[in-house]
Amino acid sequence: MAKIVEEMKEGTGQKKLVTIYLDGREVKVPEGVSILEACNMEGIKIPTLCYFEGLTPWGGCRICMVEVEGQPNLVASCVTDVREGMKIKTSSKKVREARKTNLELLLSNHPLDCQLCDRNGSCELQDLSYQFGVREIRFPGEKKTYEVDRSSPSIKRDANRCILCGRCIRACQEIQAVFAIDFANRGFDSLVSPSLGLPLGESVCVNCGQCILACPTGALSEVSHVEMVWEALEDPEKFVILQTAPAIRVSIGEPFGLPPGTVTTGKMVAAFRRLGFDRVFDTNFAADLTIIEEGTEFINRLQKGGKLPLITSCSPGWIKFMEHFYPELMENVSTCKSPQQMFGAVAKTYYAQKLGIDPQDMVVVSIMPCTAKKFECQREEMKSSGCQDVDYSLTTREAARMLKEKGIDLREMPEEEFDDPLGISTGAAAVFGATGGVMEAALRSVYEIVSGKTLESLDFYDVRGMEGVKEATVNIDGLEVGVAVAHSLGNARKILDQIKEGNSKYHFIEIMACPGGCIGGGGQPIPTDLDIRMKRIEAIYQVDKNLSLRKSHENPAIKQLYEEFLGEPNGEKAHQLLHTHYLPREKM
Amino acid sequence: MTGLAVYEEIDEIIGKHQEEKTPLLSILQEIQERWRYLPGDVLGYVSRKLDIPSSMVWGVATFYSFLKTEPAGEYVIRVCCNAPCHVNGSVDVLKTLQKELGIKEGETSRDGKFTLETTSCLGVCGVAPAMMINDVTYGNLSEDRIREILALYR
Repeated sequence: MAKIVEEMKEGTGQKKLVTIYLDGREVKVPEGVSILEACNMEGIKIPTLCYFEGLTPWGGCRICMVEVEGQPNLVASCVTDVREGMKIKTSSKKVREARKTNLELLLSNHPLDCQLCDRNGSCELQDLSYQFGVREIRFPGEKKTYEVDRSSPSIKRDANRCILCGRCIRACQEIQAVFAIDFANRGFDSLVSPSLGLPLGESVCVNCGQCILACPTGALSEVSHVEMVWEALEDPEKFVILQTAPAIRVSIGEPFGLPPGTVTTGKMVAAFRRLGFDRVFDTNFAADLTIIEEGTEFINRLQKGGKLPLITSCSPGWIKFMEHFYPELMENVSTCKSPQQMFGAVAKTYYAQKLGIDPQDMVVVSIMPCTAKKFECQREEMKSSGCQDVDYSLTTREAARMLKEKGIDLREMPEEEFDDPLGISTGAAAVFGATGGVMEAALRSVYEIVSGKTLESLDFYDVRGMEGVKEATVNIDGLEVGVAVAHSLGNARKILDQIKEGNSKYHFIEIMACPGGCIGGGGQPIPTDLDIRMKRIEAIYQVDKNLSLRKSHENPAIKQLYEEFLGEPNGEKAHQLLHTHYLPREKM
Repeated sequence: MTGLAVYEEIDEIIGKHQEEKTPLLSILQEIQERWRYLPGDVLGYVSRKLDIPSSMVWGVATFYSFLKTEPAGEYVIRVCCNAPCHVNGSVDVLKTLQKELGIKEGETSRDGKFTLETTSCLGVCGVAPAMMINDVTYGNLSEDRIREILALYR
């Protein structure tokens, strides 16, 4: 929010200002902003439920009501624009009573068992109830009795906890353009539902989890792997290996009260070691491996006239989206598995052999900023080692909860290093966590491998940042290579449609399902907003800058892996373990 | 519900309304008229044809009480349950119908003839309590009158 406000204020130079009176105070705000936005600019935080930054205001919850002089009724501040001379009361008795009553009506059919809810402690309905001083239920109403939808491998849906604010729907439609869910039925039977009332697991839902980030209550949450991981950690027969995604080190501090954008790599490693993992490894190792495989694939396609543009395949939400909506572009998508899956395949073959452990006795756990990773690790194609390559995938939220359950305070941890050899990585892998990162990492390696020259600057600023679609041209050994980066599937559609229409000017495209890339993934700490996303991105580039090795092809552990085990990049063994295929899915 | 002929008919219905600004509702209404309900695969087909996400089509199909997503009987009886009908005895109307037809609200009689439903205001409050059987509206309902009306359809 703060960022948006800043941008708006910066933009006020060109914009006409109007004078309004907020609780009697004269202020000037840009024309065309809503009362809610104007209040935010002036430091007044109007309580909201259905309003969500970045989504179209809806005015459905009636919590953000304010009094406007001359208007007979209270108005919803999120959908009412300011007008010259408007006199607004933001917290008169009438306003406060209306807000509280509306909240109480929302509570009338809401389960009152906060202790049992996934969002206990991070629920906006709970927070508002506290702030508004709701201490009794004045309107005990009929409760909903829906069965909890556990059909999806990633997302649990409890319609009983839903307040019908529609934020999940708007996230799914406006940010992701997936349209997996919408309102169904009417009145008391109103419900957020996939098409045909199907369970979420049978719908076009791509498991990105942006709906979870948008949900103010516990109606949407991840399918938890926490209990399974505890069990594996307790089992003396199991050798339990952890991999942590690039985005975790810049976000897991948040649930422990550290400011967004704090880099906690060393503390995080120490904390998870204390949780009982036999090895704490790094998905970044596999990210470097991905760059070698995908970079080689790109060079081959470029030099041998293969299908272009090549599109990255690290984001399982994007992959399922492609399978549903763009199956005709399947051959454009890299056959490389994602880093999570490459890690699992290497851990249960190469590393298991190194240690002389039966892969059946090895449990690979990942901590991901992602809910789609839970789906990905259960895909049929992800069993190259002979068993499921990655057993369990925890979100950042689940991982933080486990640490807290064990009584580990991340802030108090010493700085420790990842284990060898699957914990060795470069800055190129680190930037995977941010939108544009895979592209930047790939360019660093592809450029040097193809041209044989050393890059003067490793920083490809054109592909960084929060712009929806970014593009750049890189001269690699005389060839102008066009690249594009899209984050969020709504943005992805724009460049995918160009390919479909045959007028794409790109050779290489990175697509990440979530806004901001993995740092803004559906498994990240709540809240995750634009401001927080940008701070996490800054932290990601800070991690990169502080590493001595910043190119994937210089990772010594990767070189060793090829020498000892894999052979050539894109070779037979690499193909068998590190590459995959896709399947078209129904568009319904 | 499959079969080429069916989809040809649906194409025809879609073609008739495609130029309208918001064709979806008219199309669903006409499909409903023709088959008395909106089968799931037909909704999917309409969604693809109009390029409207199927979750949205489902939202529309389930919002209006006159659109049905489950097979209904030959005659759909809709009892108005809004305030004016309520105070004039719509509860008794519903009870009488349940007794006469041997089905509860939301059910279809075993012979497939009658489906019993409640609905929002039919706009004939002057003759409350009221009900509709398919397209025909009946007002001033009493137990005897309901029996007489049902006899017309049996």
